[in-house]
Amino acid sequence: MLILVNLIGLALIAWIVWYFWIYKKEGVAVTEVAGVQEINVVVKGGYDPDVIVVKRGKPVRLHFTRQESALCSEMVVFDKLGQSVKLPEGESVTVEFTPQQTGEIPFQCQMGMLRGKVVVTS
Amino acid sequence: MDPIIHKSDRQPPIPLEVRLPLGKLSGVAQARRLQEALSRLEGVRQAHVNLAQNEAHVIYEPSVGTAALLEAISRTGIEVGSAELRAHIAGMHCASCVDRIEKTLQAVPGVLQASINPTTEIAQVKYLPGSVDFATLKAAVESTGYQTAHPLEQPASPDQEIAAHQKEYRTLMAKFWFATAVSIPTILVAYPNLSWLYAPYLVSPEVPEAVVRWLWIISGLLALPVMFYSGRQFFSGAWSALRHHAADMNTLIALGTGAAWIYSTVALIFPRLFPQGTAEPFYDVTAVVTALVVLGQALEGRAKGQTSQAIRKLIGLQAKTARVLRQGREMEIPVEEVEVGDVVVVRPGEKIPVDGVIVEGQSALDESMVTGESLPVDKKPGDEVIGATVNTTGSFKFRATKVGKDTALAQIVKMVQDAMGSKAPIARLVDVVSSYFVPAVMILSILTFLVWFNFGPSPALAFAMVTAVTVLIIACPCAVGMAVPMSLVAGLGKAAEHGVLIRNGQALQYAAQLKTIVLDKTGTITKGKPELTDAVTAPGFDEPTLVHLAASADRPSEHPLAQAIVKGAQARGLELAEPSAFNAIPGHGVETVVEGKRVLVGNRKLMLREGIETLALQGAVERLQGEGKTAMYVAVDGQAAGVVAVADTLKEDSAQAIRVMKEMGLEVVMLTGDNERTARAIAKQVGIDRVLAEVLPEDKANQVHALKAQMKKGQKVGMVGDGINDAPALVEADVGFAIGTGTDVAIEAADITLMSGSLKGVAFAIEISQATMRNAKQSLFGAFIYNVLGIPVAAGVLFPFFGILLSPILAGAAMAISSVTVVTNANRLRLFRARSFTQA
Repeated sequence: MLILVNLIGLALIAWIVWYFWIYKKEGVAVTEVAGVQEINVVVKGGYDPDVIVVKRGKPVRLHFTRQESALCSEMVVFDKLGQSVKLPEGESVTVEFTPQQTGEIPFQCQMGMLRGKVVVTS
Repeated sequence: MDPIIHKSDRQPPIPLEVRLPLGKLSGVAQARRLQEALSRLEGVRQAHVNLAQNEAHVIYEPSVGTAALLEAISRTGIEVGSAELRAHIAGMHCASCVDRIEKTLQAVPGVLQASINPTTEIAQVKYLPGSVDFATLKAAVESTGYQTAHPLEQPASPDQEIAAHQKEYRTLMAKFWFATAVSIPTILVAYPNLSWLYAPYLVSPEVPEAVVRWLWIISGLLALPVMFYSGRQFFSGAWSALRHHAADMNTLIALGTGAAWIYSTVALIFPRLFPQGTAEPFYDVTAVVTALVVLGQALEGRAKGQTSQAIRKLIGLQAKTARVLRQGREMEIPVEEVEVGDVVVVRPGEKIPVDGVIVEGQSALDESMVTGESLPVDKKPGDEVIGATVNTTGSFKFRATKVGKDTALAQIVKMVQDAMGSKAPIARLVDVVSSYFVPAVMILSILTFLVWFNFGPSPALAFAMVTAVTVLIIACPCAVGMAVPMSLVAGLGKAAEHGVLIRNGQALQYAAQLKTIVLDKTGTITKGKPELTDAVTAPGFDEPTLVHLAASADRPSEHPLAQAIVKGAQARGLELAEPSAFNAIPGHGVETVVEGKRVLVGNRKLMLREGIETLALQGAVERLQGEGKTAMYVAVDGQAAGVVAVADTLKEDSAQAIRVMKEMGLEVVMLTGDNERTARAIAKQVGIDRVLAEVLPEDKANQVHALKAQMKKGQKVGMVGDGINDAPALVEADVGFAIGTGTDVAIEAADITLMSGSLKGVAFAIEISQATMRNAKQSLFGAFIYNVLGIPVAAGVLFPFFGILLSPILAGAAMAISSVTVVTNANRLRLFRARSFTQA
């Protein structure tokens, strides 16, 4: 019994390390329509999808819709772009930019609890 | 059945009249074609297309409807210049109501087209600008029995944001009261030995075990709705986060309360699974912790609303309506419909609706709400007015130059909002920490469990469970993550209230770390415009005569120094004469004839050339130059008459602002293209010791660069300039301040923009930045210490030494208090009083 409980505990710790820190998320690739890369992002306890893969040099439009009333996710911040927008509950709010360089553009809520990123590929 | 009789029987329909603004017309032919197309329509009595004004004037019977007119126009390939608005219509259930509302809207005079999308419940209304307002449409919709909400393209008003926050507060409070109601009996069951408190006569040590067991079962069942109603957001949030391979505060609370409930339930149902004495349920933890954390969230949300009060105040400054002149008539329209070029009428005491330039009349305007300048500013035709400022006693008309999102106020609001969403560099560091925080706490919780389970006193399992849950509950990642953003929002709002716009969190943090501040002289410390300061007479002349002659002679000259003398004379109330002859000698001065006298005004070279003896004035000239002034000789009929001096004068409050900066421990440096002597003279008046003189404009950035190289780590150099000429230096500096930008708020080069021209704004910007960073660090430090001390105590490190173990319920209370404290601390910034504005 003693050993079993300890083993379960250690396995849980290993799982936490793997699941939250080591695991690499797969991104959702955005399809391009009429030269614009558009995607809807649902905000509810997180960003869905939270890893968005786009191509460089083409305008990107992210339509955020906040489907919860918790104040944590009230604002989405693109620190790298110097942009931030308020997300009134239930309304679609668009963030538009054209990535010029490949790399990652993270976005998050004001407190940094919810996170997502736009991965720019060439 | 005589048609004539029949016709006279009927009331002839009252014709309607409409002027439709048109898009670009290609020429007379197209105009004629359009005119014919409109006239051909049945029911149109008269149609006239005015090519010069690009509009169609149509007189028609009500049966026609504007939609038919529009269709006819668009068939000829011409667009109708219309405005469009979208409104949300609530409670539509059927297709027939769509039709009814559309028809009602179209019947509103001025509405060209209305269409409703029943799935999105959004009405799209095309209308003639200036003839319809939202209130009319709203009334029309409501006449059909439906409700409509604000036009969608308008940003959510502060009222709606407040309403959303209040709704959230009420929801959370309802959840809290429910959880509390359940918590009380649950606690009573959990601590039966407390029953003497409320029922002293019922105390009986021999409560049958079956009764206790039933009480526990009821507690457990009651705790379920607490978890899934009051605490639903914890579980749904934790689940969403988990799917994203993330964990947040919700995860911790959900795990903590959930684990407590599951453990208790298992213990209750299968007590034999547990070693003797450990099968104790603790449902009270689930209920009470949920109640406490929800209460914390409610209070936190309420305090958060106050933090952004400043920006709401700014948005609220916007005028709702404007009185414009259209077609020769004055009409009151919603401010959203004012267009560039409209002439707006402003009466005494009214708010200026948009930005513009005065065309008629004059007044003094209170601009304090935008620029932070407390004294009313005089305005005359040609002067700019800023929307949201308030007219005092005069009345005037102005032409709108910027409307909607282009107005200074809209840009200020946007800039402040963007800044509030930005990150201070210190917060980036915190972000890294907080991304590891929650999983780390979960691991600590498991480790705590294992340590107690393996090495703890009996009953080991119960101790292990309670401490593990306590660790989960006491950890408060929110307080850590919120510390910097909350202070930033409060500080930036406070700054904006004083006309100081800080671009982002980095600018604010660096402004707080300033060691050296470089001030450009012209236009920053001084007014940037030369003024007549002195007149020294030679024997035989009096001062008014001297100034009168010098100013009259200079009158035709365009030279700024000459103009300064003319203005100075006018300010002294002197009547000026028109010179009968005038000759400007480049590099020397002017040679004129005023009232029959030959008057020369110019430098020493001019006097030498004309052979005029100036020795008697030499002392005065040297003294004036020593004071940094430009002295000019005046000679009348070959005789030295005196000296007039012109200088760029100091702004009234420069010296005070510089004193405040020095008191804050800043090194103040003056940067100027002037010669050393002039520069020193000015510097002495304002109390600046370090002067960088004779710096060419293109060299200013290099000087700033050199100063930066002298700084130690963490020390920053700021540069204050006008934002246009000094742009490269402002960019080079760690913090660039653009001063006196007025309505031109979006100066790219500047990190901090000051709408007023006063240096006090710079001092204030630095003060508020320092206060904000201090506040953020307090919160951050507090939150950090709280977690660093709280988690080990919760894990029971004090137990082996003092026998102290933290109850999970106390941990929940501590966690709720800690996050509320962070927001409350940020709110203290709203009460911040700056030295730079309070010292006389």
